[in-house]
Amino acid sequence: MSWIPAPVSRFFHRTSSPPHFYALADRFIPWLTVIFLLLLGAGLYGGLYLAPTDYQQGDSYRIIYIHVPAAWMSLFIYVMMAVMGGIALIWRMKLAEVMLISSAPIGAGFTFVALVTGSLWGKPMWGTWWVWDARLTSELILLFLYLGVISLYGAIEEKRAAARAVSILALVGVVNIPIIHYSVQWWNTLHQGPTVSKMDKPSIHVSMLVPLLLMAVAFKFYYLIAVLQAAKLELLKRETSSQWVKALLEKQA
Amino acid sequence: MSWESFLYMGGYALYVWPAYGVTALVLLGNLFWPVWQRRQLLRQLTIKQKRSQVR
Repeated sequence: MSWIPAPVSRFFHRTSSPPHFYALADRFIPWLTVIFLLLLGAGLYGGLYLAPTDYQQGDSYRIIYIHVPAAWMSLFIYVMMAVMGGIALIWRMKLAEVMLISSAPIGAGFTFVALVTGSLWGKPMWGTWWVWDARLTSELILLFLYLGVISLYGAIEEKRAAARAVSILALVGVVNIPIIHYSVQWWNTLHQGPTVSKMDKPSIHVSMLVPLLLMAVAFKFYYLIAVLQAAKLELLKRETSSQWVKALLEKQA
Repeated sequence: MSWESFLYMGGYALYVWPAYGVTALVLLGNLFWPVWQRRQLLRQLTIKQKRSQVR
């Protein structure tokens, strides 16, 4: 890749080598965990205790502090997977494959959380657990896309081939992301419109907005920790017989 | 605000707390499942390596 400056390319080669990445993950995880816990604590305290009760929805609106960040993460992680898929297909980078497949269960988890918390919020506010509204339906399709990625990867024995197939699926499925995002504007249905992303004038008070943003950043850090843990496992599984795993075992013994 | 009224959540406790509970379960599961799996794998690999050294 001659158009990439040599130090940058060297950095990527070093970082993406499995033993180096494994050690790097070990070094970062404690710090990421501390930041995550601080953000989570502040977000929960602000959202559940400090923020005032909503004048229309009462205290039921407090579900927003997990529902919205989880839904954001469900989209964010899918886009990350598609980017990793692109990198894996073009440059055949092993670490991109590992990061893609390690992200899938975490993304599926957040999608599931967004659907369940939405349902628990919808029941008291809309009077129903579920409607086939555009936002809800496209989010459900996202869950199936995640599950599709996980089962496709599991179904193909040869892991490099499995990663190629999964990369293509991740890239194709990305068309669903703008559909989810704009669904509340394109189809005017039960799900409420955006409250935060109208950045010029968000229709939410600062005391309610700050905990929401804290939770959103906390979930980003959670994703980093969880994906590093999953990637460490995936690397070990793939490279059981390699020299660096043997060295690792000897160091532990 | 008392603990009781905090837990009561203005009458929405049955919706708010399960929502937070499900979230906690899913996030903890996704975090600790790979950690546990890795420990298992490392243990198996160590046993295998020791066996091959004996031979």
